Amino acid sequence: MTTPELLTIILTTAVTMGTPLLFATLGGVLSERAGVIHLGMEGIMLVSALVTFVVDLQTGSKVLALIGAMMAAGALSGLHGFVCISLRGNQIASGLALALFGTGLSGLFGDALIGSTVTSLNRIPIPGLELIPIFGSAFFNQDWLVYLSYFLVAGLWFMLFHTNWGLQIRSVGEAPIVCDALGLSVAKIRYLCVIFGGMLIGLGGAYFPLVLTSFWVDDLTAGRGWIAVALVIFAFWHPGKALWGAYLFGAAIAFQLQAQVMGLKIPSYILEMFPYLLTIVVLTVVTVRNRRAGQTFMPAALGLPFYRGDKH
Amino acid sequence: MIKHLLTISVALMLWLPNFASAADPKVAFIYVGPVGDGGWTYAHDLGRQHLEKMGVETTYVESVPETDSERVLRNLARRGYDIIFTTSFGYMDPTLNVAKQFPETIFMHASGFRTHDNMGNYFARMYQARYLVGMVAGMMTKTDNIGIIGSHPIPEIIRHINAFTLGVRSVNPKATTQVIWVNSWFDPAKEGAAANSLMDNGADIVTITTDSAAATQTAAKRGLYAIGNDSDMSLYGPEAHLTANIFNWGIYYEHVYNQVKNGTWKSSSDWWGIETGAVDISPFGKMVPKNIQDLVMAKKDEIASGEFLVFKGPVKGQDGSTAIAAGVVPSDQDLLSMMYYVEGVVGDIP
Repeated sequence: MTTPELLTIILTTAVTMGTPLLFATLGGVLSERAGVIHLGMEGIMLVSALVTFVVDLQTGSKVLALIGAMMAAGALSGLHGFVCISLRGNQIASGLALALFGTGLSGLFGDALIGSTVTSLNRIPIPGLELIPIFGSAFFNQDWLVYLSYFLVAGLWFMLFHTNWGLQIRSVGEAPIVCDALGLSVAKIRYLCVIFGGMLIGLGGAYFPLVLTSFWVDDLTAGRGWIAVALVIFAFWHPGKALWGAYLFGAAIAFQLQAQVMGLKIPSYILEMFPYLLTIVVLTVVTVRNRRAGQTFMPAALGLPFYRGDKH
Repeated sequence: MIKHLLTISVALMLWLPNFASAADPKVAFIYVGPVGDGGWTYAHDLGRQHLEKMGVETTYVESVPETDSERVLRNLARRGYDIIFTTSFGYMDPTLNVAKQFPETIFMHASGFRTHDNMGNYFARMYQARYLVGMVAGMMTKTDNIGIIGSHPIPEIIRHINAFTLGVRSVNPKATTQVIWVNSWFDPAKEGAAANSLMDNGADIVTITTDSAAATQTAAKRGLYAIGNDSDMSLYGPEAHLTANIFNWGIYYEHVYNQVKNGTWKSSSDWWGIETGAVDISPFGKMVPKNIQDLVMAKKDEIASGEFLVFKGPVKGQDGSTAIAAGVVPSDQDLLSMMYYVEGVVGDIP
């Protein structure tokens, strides 16, 4: 196998393994930019994966399946929003509860589906772009959900940093008391971000039955919702960096598998640790550098319930 | 008169529950995973369902963390279950502790090595079935390159990889097996990616020591073949699924149940082979020619009768050196601690 071929294989796997992480991370970014921590991703991904599978099995429509997944994910996230925003409950506890609840719920209703399969999405090459050496077929000969993720990265970035909405969302995450004084509804903006963010996480769950594994088993996502929780921080709450982070985790898996096939004498454990190690290193370096410059990337009001009329 | 009645009723009260339990033992199971895992736990639960179909009262507790198993076990024993099967290696010491507290209850622990007066252990010689499915792979491969997706590098899994490879090379000495470790018992997405890596590298058949059907499905998508593990996975890719090495725990559970019911049960260590039916291979896919099926079934009979032993020497190690000398039959203890690859396996044990 030639080196360009090898790189293409690794990159292709990196993109397919990274895409569900990317969707979930984008959802987490949106929710947390508005100040609501979202630890429930694993549960939401599992429930939305199950809903996708059931709707696809019943109707044969991938689009309906995706809509169903997003509605289920939005509803569960809305519940998280209700606890965190309306009841001002502990966001960490609510998220953890949601993760466990979703895992159990999907297992309970999924038992009847074991043994069924659905078809997976076909790859649609994009004429011209897929011919770019090395990168072309990895990035532009994929299923349409991958292409959707590219638009979501660009769209979310543009919305957050170049529109009035984005300014409002970020302000609510930084200084809700100021937003409130300016007449913005902190609760409304947070609800919208949590619910739409949840829907994006749902797309990440849907990617499993639609592309990666076209059958249902309990715990299908195998902990990727937790990796996405880390990726939100790794990406410094930025959609563009989320893209790189998700593909880096995907590439680590791809490289680890390929290295074994090629007989490279690198223990697979080290390759498996690598992205997590990098997360710690990047966080440390960037945090130290930014502290010197007097900046932080974390939304200042992240995790804090908002009480109208409070003086803090 | 009243005194007599009292004596009789006390005797009845003491005797009745005993009688009830001896006649119809109630059976409980604890599982390390969810019954819906489609592999290990699923196979044990099929065994439990087999008892249910016989009319036995059973219950199970799934996804029990090993650290919490003692509490669950004590609870089950207190609720009057007569036989409790504990189906994960990590339940061994908790089972022993609870067995000492409940001497009237019979405990059966899978895959471990400790016993007690009222605690036995059991496992099945899956490596025998691995050898047979390896033969199928060796005869069906066109590229002489067969991929194995490994879970965790422990002796049980190494033994299975070796038995499979010996099976492959018994019919096709040119063929090699290539191992990729995913360091997980269960991660469908990663198993699918590993199957792709192996096939990109020239493998035309993949098998797994993990638990999901992802590899079977990946092979089906690419028009190649796969061999399932623990349960028949043909549903997930009938055109790709050559066969699978499977557990039939129901046969063993029925045996233990009957022993307890008849009062003949004694604590022991059972390692059941293919002759009992507790391990087997699943029905062949349509693409496996009749002559291959016949050869494999003939070998199955030889293994069942004891005429053929999978690990009888001479067996060469990965570097061509002697691993098991000619004529030597390794003990069960040797098999249980096997930590080297045989000749024909490509890759390293991490």
